Amino acid sequence: MASGAELIRKIKEQIEEVDPKDVLATQQNGNGAVVVDVREQHEFEEAHLPGAVHVPRGHLESRIEGAVSDRSKRVILYCASGQRSALAAHTLQEQLGYEDVASMRGGITLWKDRGYDVEVPRSLTPEQRERYSRHLLVPEVGLEGQLKLLDAKVLLLGAGGLGSPAALYLAAAGVGTLGIVDNDVVDLSNLQRQVAHSNDRIGVPKVDSAEISIHEINPDVNVEKYPVRLGADNIMEIAEGYDVIVDGLDNFPTRYLLNDASVRLQIPVVSASILGFEGQLSVFHPYEGPCYRCLYPTPPPAELAPSCGAAGVLGVLPGVMGLLQSVEVIKLVTGAGDTMAGRLLLYDALGTTFTELKVRRDPDCPICSRDPGEISDEEMGVFPDYEAFCAGAG
Amino acid sequence: MATIKIPPVLRGSVGGEKELQASGGNVGEVLRELASQHPATESQLFSEDGELNRYVNVYLNDEDVRVLDGLDTSVLDGDTVVILPAMAGGAR
Repeated sequence: MASGAELIRKIKEQIEEVDPKDVLATQQNGNGAVVVDVREQHEFEEAHLPGAVHVPRGHLESRIEGAVSDRSKRVILYCASGQRSALAAHTLQEQLGYEDVASMRGGITLWKDRGYDVEVPRSLTPEQRERYSRHLLVPEVGLEGQLKLLDAKVLLLGAGGLGSPAALYLAAAGVGTLGIVDNDVVDLSNLQRQVAHSNDRIGVPKVDSAEISIHEINPDVNVEKYPVRLGADNIMEIAEGYDVIVDGLDNFPTRYLLNDASVRLQIPVVSASILGFEGQLSVFHPYEGPCYRCLYPTPPPAELAPSCGAAGVLGVLPGVMGLLQSVEVIKLVTGAGDTMAGRLLLYDALGTTFTELKVRRDPDCPICSRDPGEISDEEMGVFPDYEAFCAGAG
Repeated sequence: MATIKIPPVLRGSVGGEKELQASGGNVGEVLRELASQHPATESQLFSEDGELNRYVNVYLNDEDVRVLDGLDTSVLDGDTVVILPAMAGGAR
């Protein structure tokens, strides 16, 4: 019986071996050879040849056709030192009918010794791989989607009933940065629905309380706290640089202001509102769908616009709506699925009915029918009956 | 007959009902019928010149009547008219 070393030596006699410099030349020619890394996952993730595809030797027979379907194509295999790739080349050539196979001599070790470039792919740490394993198993998220989530910056307007569940679940999902705008402190009456806060944090600023809950779930999330009231003087500065805004605002003037700022900055807004047992949800994606002003060109008079603080709300309802918002955020970040842009969802919790309405872009919209650069500071948040509205609300 | 879905802010004006039936050949007639049954809704739906208030969105089934024929949009038996004023209940 031959020793392992002898077997490898014999196999190397039966296959073609190429020098790293020839592989480099082949790559630079761009003549269509496929370079395949046959090492293990963790080795590939550390560094690999530029443009290499990864087919671990243990999965060679089952996965090579997915990577190289044309058996007449030139295939160059490599590993760490040239042993595993020689064995793999032999398998492709003798058992799978690949016609033009070679193994790179000396593997990636010799390649690096020669000073040739390698690609260091982004990846997850072992802890992240474990934490997000259920995302990685969903093809619509996967590694690519998880990396997008980790890079994402999401701004939550309010850490109240809608913002609380959104903050907790988006933190759990691995959104890299969560900004929170809220100038309120935790009150006992909030705890019926605002699940990011707790009994022992009554009197604590909501941004601090939410940060504690977020870090209890996922310490890696970067929390940016804005303990201020959102207004015309700070909205552009706060919102700039965020990828998605989650809107849980409780008054019309700020909603119009937010709309105009988000159109100028071209940041999609996931909007929800609640009252009693009913909720509304939509996504306002500037220039891809309607904006808030396309849907509601003008607010109702103050007597027809009660805020939920005064009117009361089923505590679970903002939980439902805040989580529907979170799903929209994840889809906007990862690009999976269809968002609610151009659609309005009405949820009636008492009857358990969902009604969906179409929302069209208004070609004459005072804001989103124009280029972002044309919208001036003076126009932001202004609506036709602004003076009367504010007098009524006061 | 069409079904009219009443939003939370208008329910006080219709005796707490979530849905009402009203007849009419177009959206305007259906809403006028609603206003005659429940006069308190009239000023909330219509401005003094008889036009629909701008802050009230009205949908025939799932389509905004503004992209159809407005108040002249034909209503068939069994259609649903959704009244939707803007809602700003956040959750502070």
